[in-house]
Amino acid sequence: MTTPLLHLDGVSKLYRRGGLLGREEFRAVDNVSFHIEDNEPQVFTIIGESGSGKTTLARMILNMVKPTVGAISFKGQDLASIRGETARRRFMKEVQPIFQNPFEAFNPLKRVDRYLYMTAKNFADVHSPAQLEAAADAALNKVGLSIGEVRGRFPHELSGGQLQRVAIARALIPGPSMIVADEPVSMVDASLRMSIVNLFRALRDDLKVSIIYITHDLATAYYVSDRIIIMRKGEIVESGPARLILENPQHPYSQLLKSAVLSPDPRGQGVLTGDSAASQQARASPRAQIVS
Amino acid sequence: MAQIPASSVQGSPHVLETHDLRAYYRMKYFGINREVRAVDGISMHVRKNEIYGIAGESSCGKTTFIKAIAAAIRPPLEIVAGHVTYSFIKDDLYALPSAKRAAIRWRHLSYILQGSMNVLNPVRRIHKTFEDFAFRHMHLGRTEFEQEVKRHLERLRLPAEILRAYPHELSGGMRQRVCIALATLCKPEFIIADEPTTALDVVVQKDVLAMIRETQSEFGSSMIFVTHDLTVHANVTDRLGIMYAGRLVEEGRTADVFSNPMHPYTAHLIASLPRIGDTQPHSALAGSPPNLADPPKGCRFHPRCPLAMEICRHENPTLTALAEDHRVACFAASAKVQPSNDEKPSEAKALEAAR
Repeated sequence: MTTPLLHLDGVSKLYRRGGLLGREEFRAVDNVSFHIEDNEPQVFTIIGESGSGKTTLARMILNMVKPTVGAISFKGQDLASIRGETARRRFMKEVQPIFQNPFEAFNPLKRVDRYLYMTAKNFADVHSPAQLEAAADAALNKVGLSIGEVRGRFPHELSGGQLQRVAIARALIPGPSMIVADEPVSMVDASLRMSIVNLFRALRDDLKVSIIYITHDLATAYYVSDRIIIMRKGEIVESGPARLILENPQHPYSQLLKSAVLSPDPRGQGVLTGDSAASQQARASPRAQIVS
Repeated sequence: MAQIPASSVQGSPHVLETHDLRAYYRMKYFGINREVRAVDGISMHVRKNEIYGIAGESSCGKTTFIKAIAAAIRPPLEIVAGHVTYSFIKDDLYALPSAKRAAIRWRHLSYILQGSMNVLNPVRRIHKTFEDFAFRHMHLGRTEFEQEVKRHLERLRLPAEILRAYPHELSGGMRQRVCIALATLCKPEFIIADEPTTALDVVVQKDVLAMIRETQSEFGSSMIFVTHDLTVHANVTDRLGIMYAGRLVEEGRTADVFSNPMHPYTAHLIASLPRIGDTQPHSALAGSPPNLADPPKGCRFHPRCPLAMEICRHENPTLTALAEDHRVACFAASAKVQPSNDEKPSEAKALEAAR
């Protein structure tokens, strides 16, 4: 058996709050294990509502946060053993992030192309201006843009969809084998969502990049993903092949999620007037809604 | 400004009517005039007791349109031309003195906004916020007002305990419900909802939408509902207007727009919606939305349109009724339909091409 690309073994993350007295522990991620095979690039989707620990999990995979319990290994190497600048760079070259809001990911006072050049300089080992531009252009071409469209531009001069594509191009420059995309489409218009999601499909098929796609949108998850895990309060409640699970969810929470997805086919007036079980419960027990 | 005779306004069954409304951002830097035409000639109406949806991508002028109909205009935004008339005001909205306009707000015209955290004052308890927003509009004594608030929350099946809470103690969905309660307290004739569920996740979103729908039908208010998410429109609105680059390009009953989209932009938007159980590749629209400071000549959609003809480059198509209660601004769609023809138009081939 080959070593998997990514392997999570019983990973938990605890956050402590409070001081000496009244210390509280909060489990953001609770005993999560899964692995992604190396031989076949795939889109691996993590679904969950806000506060389910999706983002914490992504940060741990990116080695930005250390797990409290458990181990994460990438290509057989334990992430906790990565020490020093060279080893860290080698890891960053392999795993690249894409963030939720492209307008916050880019500094509004810096030109967008600068990010591409810096990444190329640091990770692709090119230094002359002409080579840098060629590297940036090659990456932009993969996402359907060209250097002419972004050269010298500031983030506010590009649309959200364009910026998000620049963010993806930037992540592609080091030639990673995995991309972690944390809600990459939730800030993008519905009409542009498709272009981003299509891009993920193309990256998987053409460039053989595995993608961890974090979202709460079940419809795009169904469209793009190969495997899926559904998280709730830090725990995995269901996992397996995406189509199978979304067509026939077994866990009650997965079923609730699926039933909450609005169908794009209008069913006329008064569709939503019926009270759902969840809202009745929420109204019956208000204290459950009031977070401590 | 009052070109429309007052009698016609009074007699109309429409709660809101805009006529050729134009709202531009006008800036002057170092002697250079810059004009952003965010709302450019929108004529529409909202009937009594209906939810009118507005859809469109960001920067298409949705929010500017809302500002214009709510009279929330601040420089550099200006109303350049057009009328906004409400059934509960005798005159044009912009002909009123500002004190009168302020009296209308919340009593007759209220809003549900997107970021509930920014609407509710973080350092005041919810019942204080209710006082800040609605007390002066209700013309009640303090105890009566408090009782009315409690009665209202009961009607919306919200627990009375939330009145003692601070906003940060409530979950996002609960806060948005509080905002809905706040907006409907005075039982206004007209409610504007600007992306009320965009920040919520799917389970909560469904409940909040159900509550909006329930509240609206219970109080008989009319509503403008703005969101870019077409699946929300499909489930909530009665009629739907699609905006593109500051103009209304298609308008009709929601079911008609979804089953028979006539404008190529609408057809594309609807065809590209992902559904569970459908894995066919969907194409995305090429190009990017136009810059409103320098929009393309003629039809603003023509650089991205698969059906663009010569005429589209020079002339702006007007919004014309192509079927019963269904208006479209597109030369290609008009050419397929005889305006006199009452039957269902047959432009299926053109739309296939658009998809």
